[in-house]
Amino acid sequence: MSQAFTKAMARNIFYGGTVFFFLLFLALSLDTVSVLPERDNRANLTEAVVQGKKLWENNNCIGCHTLLGEGAYFAPELGNAFTRLGGKDGIMAFIKSRPVDGIPGRRSMPQFNFTDEQLNALAEFLKYSSEINSANWPPNVQG
Amino acid sequence: MQYSSQAVAKPYFIAAIGLFAGQILFGLILGLQYVLGDFLFPEIPFNVARMVHTNLLIVWLLFGFMGAAYYLVPEESERELESPMLALAMFWIFLVAGALTVLGYLLVPYAGLAQLTGNDLLPTMGREFLEQPTITKLGIVVVALSFLYNIGMTILKGRKTVVTLVLLIGLTGLAVFFLFSFYNPDNLVLDKFFWWWVVHLWVEGVWELILGSILAFVLIKTTGVDREVIEKWLYIIIAMTLITGIVGTGHHYYWIGTPEYWQWWGSVFSAMEPIPFFMMTVFAFNMVNKRRREHPNKAAVLWALGTATMAFLGAGVWGFLHTLSPVNYYTHGSQITAAHGHMAFYGAYVMIVLTIISYAMPMLRGRTAANSNKSQVLEMWSFWLMTIAIVFITLFLTAAGILQVYLQRMGENPLPFMVVQDKVALFYWLREIAGLVFLIGLLTYIASFFVGNDEPEAKESA
Repeated sequence: MSQAFTKAMARNIFYGGTVFFFLLFLALSLDTVSVLPERDNRANLTEAVVQGKKLWENNNCIGCHTLLGEGAYFAPELGNAFTRLGGKDGIMAFIKSRPVDGIPGRRSMPQFNFTDEQLNALAEFLKYSSEINSANWPPNVQG
Repeated sequence: MQYSSQAVAKPYFIAAIGLFAGQILFGLILGLQYVLGDFLFPEIPFNVARMVHTNLLIVWLLFGFMGAAYYLVPEESERELESPMLALAMFWIFLVAGALTVLGYLLVPYAGLAQLTGNDLLPTMGREFLEQPTITKLGIVVVALSFLYNIGMTILKGRKTVVTLVLLIGLTGLAVFFLFSFYNPDNLVLDKFFWWWVVHLWVEGVWELILGSILAFVLIKTTGVDREVIEKWLYIIIAMTLITGIVGTGHHYYWIGTPEYWQWWGSVFSAMEPIPFFMMTVFAFNMVNKRRREHPNKAAVLWALGTATMAFLGAGVWGFLHTLSPVNYYTHGSQITAAHGHMAFYGAYVMIVLTIISYAMPMLRGRTAANSNKSQVLEMWSFWLMTIAIVFITLFLTAAGILQVYLQRMGENPLPFMVVQDKVALFYWLREIAGLVFLIGLLTYIASFFVGNDEPEAKESA
């Protein structure tokens, strides 16, 4: 780099740029948090949904699936599972019917032995997730 | 080695390499599960193997960063480490906590581990990359704070250089942003929004400062180029990193319930994220071309050039490939993401840790500057084997990803996920073969530590 561009100038760009763009990011984040209530479906955060999210986490579902596109890419997207599997009944029936020893030669979801209450909570959580305004993502029902 | 306390870096580096080997073994298991779905099921289901694979990566890179700091800070600060004892104690605490956590993943069903570790008291588990039990996370905070104290005091009491200053800013940011891993609201969108404050602000923010600092140190040492020149480059590279990368977080906020203006902010700023990586490549090659000495450790120089190049390809080019929101609408959460993740982590972070290990380990093992030629030749073989393997892993995953996106999300008759997975299986097989080549490269790398030890050291050529 040319001699006219000094180390002090580079340093000032670093500190000035970092502070400016971090503050910009904070301002955008603040705005996001303030407009989220219109998009994040918090009105439907029922007790069952909260329990469902905890079950989702405690069984590490994100280790195979994506949810709104984030997670692992081994198993189908679940942000729209509510639509794809035909509502809560479809979700619960699918989870319930997984064979304990898997399916020979193929990927299979483990059998978690959930109670009916837990199945309902998970289905409620996935219903709530499907109603978050995700800017029309995924592109189609296949996720 | 100029200061005896630099020796604490050695166990950190050895642990890093050991955990690296574990990470690759689990990677091969995962690759096989992609094509033989019932492999090791139900004993080691995919989610468990993946957790081990990604968590081992994070932990061994942290071991590598800490080792790097313990090695380079005394030399830069021109004084002994504040407390070598504390550094050694933290090494064992971190290693045992890490080992127990991985054993917990493997031996106890995840829900049982959550119960066993009292996750209900402060639920933080079950989120991607942050799967560690809350108690492990608290342990990480303790280790990080002790480490920061140790490094910080050494830096503040000694000679202050740009290298150590940037390193300290990076490490402080690492510790601060990790605190967001304790925030886990019931609201899924808020949860996801702040989850990225750990994940993105780490790997596309403060970790790049650590990368830049280590690279600058190794280039100062191996090229003999004036420190002033290198430090100017370092400042301008990390300036561009944070100017583009902080608001670039927006490329994760397109489809998770956040406002749609992020599609503009995220696209524009993350489209510029390759700039600092490109500058880093130009910087590394320039400094080596202008070198004032022929450092006998040719392997270390190769790793330094390699990390600059591969970080640009993996993080810069493969990141840009799917970062614009109209493209990302189709590629989000597909094998394209996985392709980018593999090359970016290898290029930016695996290779910088291997760079500093390559530079420092000969001195830590009693050489004056470099290993024997025989050992270096083997190490350079491992460089090419692993690097070419990761290029092919990335290309095969990219091919799988393009097909997946087309068949599942773009064609006239979108096909179900599992149908598409079967159709692209050929590329998963090829990826697994490339993975085996990577393992051969890694074994070669490990072998290079045991070969040519009784031969004379490589000499500085004229």
